[in-house]
Amino acid sequence: MSKSNFTRRGMLKTSAVAGGALAMPTIFDGSVWADGHTGFLNAPTGDTVTLGFNVPQSGPYADEGADELRAYELAVEHLNGGGDGGMMSTFSSKALQGNGILGKKVEYVTGDTQTKSDAARASAKSMIEKDGAIMITGGSSSGVAVAVQALCQEAGVIFMAGLTHSNDTTGKDKKANGFRHFFNSYMSGAALAPVLAANYGTDRKAYHLTADYNWGYTTEEAVRSSTEALGWETVNAVKTPLTQTDFSSYIAPVLQSGADVLVLNHYGGNMVNSLTNAVQFGLRDKLVNDKNFEIVVPLYSRLMAKGAGANVKGIFGSTNWHWSLTDEGSQAFVKSFGTKYGFPPSQAAHTCYVQALLYADAVERAGSFNPCAVVEALEGFEFDGMGNGKTLYRADDHQCFKDVLVVKGKENPTSEFDLLEIVEVTPVDQVTYAPDHPQMRDGNGNAVAVGTCNPGA
Amino acid sequence: MDAIILQILNGLDKGSAYALIALGLTLIFGTLGVVNFAHGALFMIGAFCAVTFSRLLSLSYETVDPTKTDFLGNPAKINTPYVQDWFGMQTGSVIIDWAVPLSILFAIPVMLAVGVIMERGLIKHFYHRPHADQILVTFGLAIVLQEIIKFYYGANPIPTPAPAVFAGSFDFGTLMGFDPNTIIYPYWRLVYFAFAVAIIAGVFAFLQFTTFGMVVRAGMADRETVGLLGINIDKRFTIMFGIAAAVAGLAGVMYTPINSPNYHMGMDFLVLSFVVVVVGGMGSLPGAVLAGFVLGILESFASMAIVLETIPGLNQIIIYLVAIIILLTRPRGLMGRKGVMEE
Repeated sequence: MSKSNFTRRGMLKTSAVAGGALAMPTIFDGSVWADGHTGFLNAPTGDTVTLGFNVPQSGPYADEGADELRAYELAVEHLNGGGDGGMMSTFSSKALQGNGILGKKVEYVTGDTQTKSDAARASAKSMIEKDGAIMITGGSSSGVAVAVQALCQEAGVIFMAGLTHSNDTTGKDKKANGFRHFFNSYMSGAALAPVLAANYGTDRKAYHLTADYNWGYTTEEAVRSSTEALGWETVNAVKTPLTQTDFSSYIAPVLQSGADVLVLNHYGGNMVNSLTNAVQFGLRDKLVNDKNFEIVVPLYSRLMAKGAGANVKGIFGSTNWHWSLTDEGSQAFVKSFGTKYGFPPSQAAHTCYVQALLYADAVERAGSFNPCAVVEALEGFEFDGMGNGKTLYRADDHQCFKDVLVVKGKENPTSEFDLLEIVEVTPVDQVTYAPDHPQMRDGNGNAVAVGTCNPGA
Repeated sequence: MDAIILQILNGLDKGSAYALIALGLTLIFGTLGVVNFAHGALFMIGAFCAVTFSRLLSLSYETVDPTKTDFLGNPAKINTPYVQDWFGMQTGSVIIDWAVPLSILFAIPVMLAVGVIMERGLIKHFYHRPHADQILVTFGLAIVLQEIIKFYYGANPIPTPAPAVFAGSFDFGTLMGFDPNTIIYPYWRLVYFAFAVAIIAGVFAFLQFTTFGMVVRAGMADRETVGLLGINIDKRFTIMFGIAAAVAGLAGVMYTPINSPNYHMGMDFLVLSFVVVVVGGMGSLPGAVLAGFVLGILESFASMAIVLETIPGLNQIIIYLVAIIILLTRPRGLMGRKGVMEE
């Protein structure tokens, strides 16, 4: 007969130990939760968390802003478990479960940047102070990105930049609370130059027309440096006012300058008009220095290509992402977006969607909305499945490093969306630079550190 | 020398747009005494008449082509314009290609109607109000109009090309004995200049050689006396407002191939056109035209690389500099009349 140890006292002791053991994780998690969700600005306390989408809803980039907003709404739907999940299924990190962020349903507020720095700061400030936004994202201008990024740093929230291509955003103006998924001017130059050399040769004379503001300067510098390194000569570089609509006075002298390539460091309406004018003046039909005259547009977007119409045919440029990419992530996003809205997403929509998911994922992995925990989770984070192959959020400057696309205006488009064709996917190694690269330094030539995060309150 | 000729050509082209807008502004100011800050919006609406007419010509029916796929991998939808069905593929394609010049026929009645409705519906209520009130209400109207256009057409520029026969450029250099590729000028810009000259000549001829024009000129000189003769001068002035709107609208229609239309293109021209009117002399139609071309040419010269290297930014201030100099030396502008805006 076996002796049983089952006594009343023993059962109570066992129950207490087991109960205590079972209770431990809960108590432990609870303390972590409390620690992780206090002591920073706009800590979400209820069942929801609010994100701030700051996009141009009026002004010349309103169409681009509308596409960004569509992407954000899609991201919110996917984060909350709706729709087909889009890139959440292809994203290499599996922290997102489709139940919001850390179990809190995602809500959002929107602001109108008007593509003006002061208006963008005002709308971001309002979303942070009045709406309790824990993260601000969006924008379609480097001026806006730099201004809003600085505001988010001061306030103590995370800024996930939208479309901003100037080196400065993660160069001299980088901030610990700011992150950029989009590529930059340096990368455009590094990706474009070899393709230009392969197609047009290394003995070329380039004439630059450059939009007279921050983005124009860094783009001109990047393209000049890269092409001159391959043997091109820069015969002239002329600044054009941002408000210029007719570029004929600038384009007419190009043929007389001896240049055989025109580089248009213009974006948006500037690019549409300058390219249209250049084609009107017959530059592309001319022979100069016994070579066909060529035009280059360093930064393309499908919306701009649509504005310029047939003038983009055969013209090289770079882009962050294009809907015709065949990788699993891109196709999942195109399917999601295209089914919901009836047309393919722009590169602006793509980068904004990815930024929203990356933020949510970082919070999940950090187990906290605390901006400093999010910064830690994003710094050095490597991921895949979001459309540009393996990508690194570099810790030194919070810039994403990934493959860069070189595209060309399509000669025979099959639809109004089919305007650009990918001619080269430049590997990330070719577009990577040192954090203290001269193009990323301040006006005195000094390297700028990313600084420390600010959790706000 | 070749560079100078090139910039003169450029200036004539810019001047054409300035002159046409300033002509309309002066017509309105000269007849109704209204400072119309919505005039740039009329230029923009004209451009969107071309966009709308192009779209009407391209109205299509949809068929599914199972052999092709769209961006989602579904069978592709093929759009065939009705015009091509009605007139045959070749003729239909030519009609669509000529959408911009053809849209003049569409724009004239639309712009006349817009002008008359604008004058009768809003501006007539501000005749006896200070110029500041007129500026505020017309500027507000301009913003409303451009927001309406943005709502329906979006903010992105919309390519509206010229007929294929006018694509490309003309080598003036070889014609004038210079080396090839020294003086290149786009065909459509030459068309635009010729069109502007024709419109300006037409407006002057209308005012000079028709009874209607004679009465309008008399009304501009002395409205009360003309009214006392039993002539309904208000009605004629309303029609003149419609004509001024049509002039601005046609300037916009023909401008679309030069720069893709967008909702704020009117604002880009408005302030400069007012400066043109002031330099030309308030109320002077010949002054507006002369100043339009002169300032257009000066602006082109100021945009030359060699000039900008010497004085950066001169092209952005040249028109205002000239305006200051003209107003200091000739307070009534180049061809201003005594008494206009001097009370």
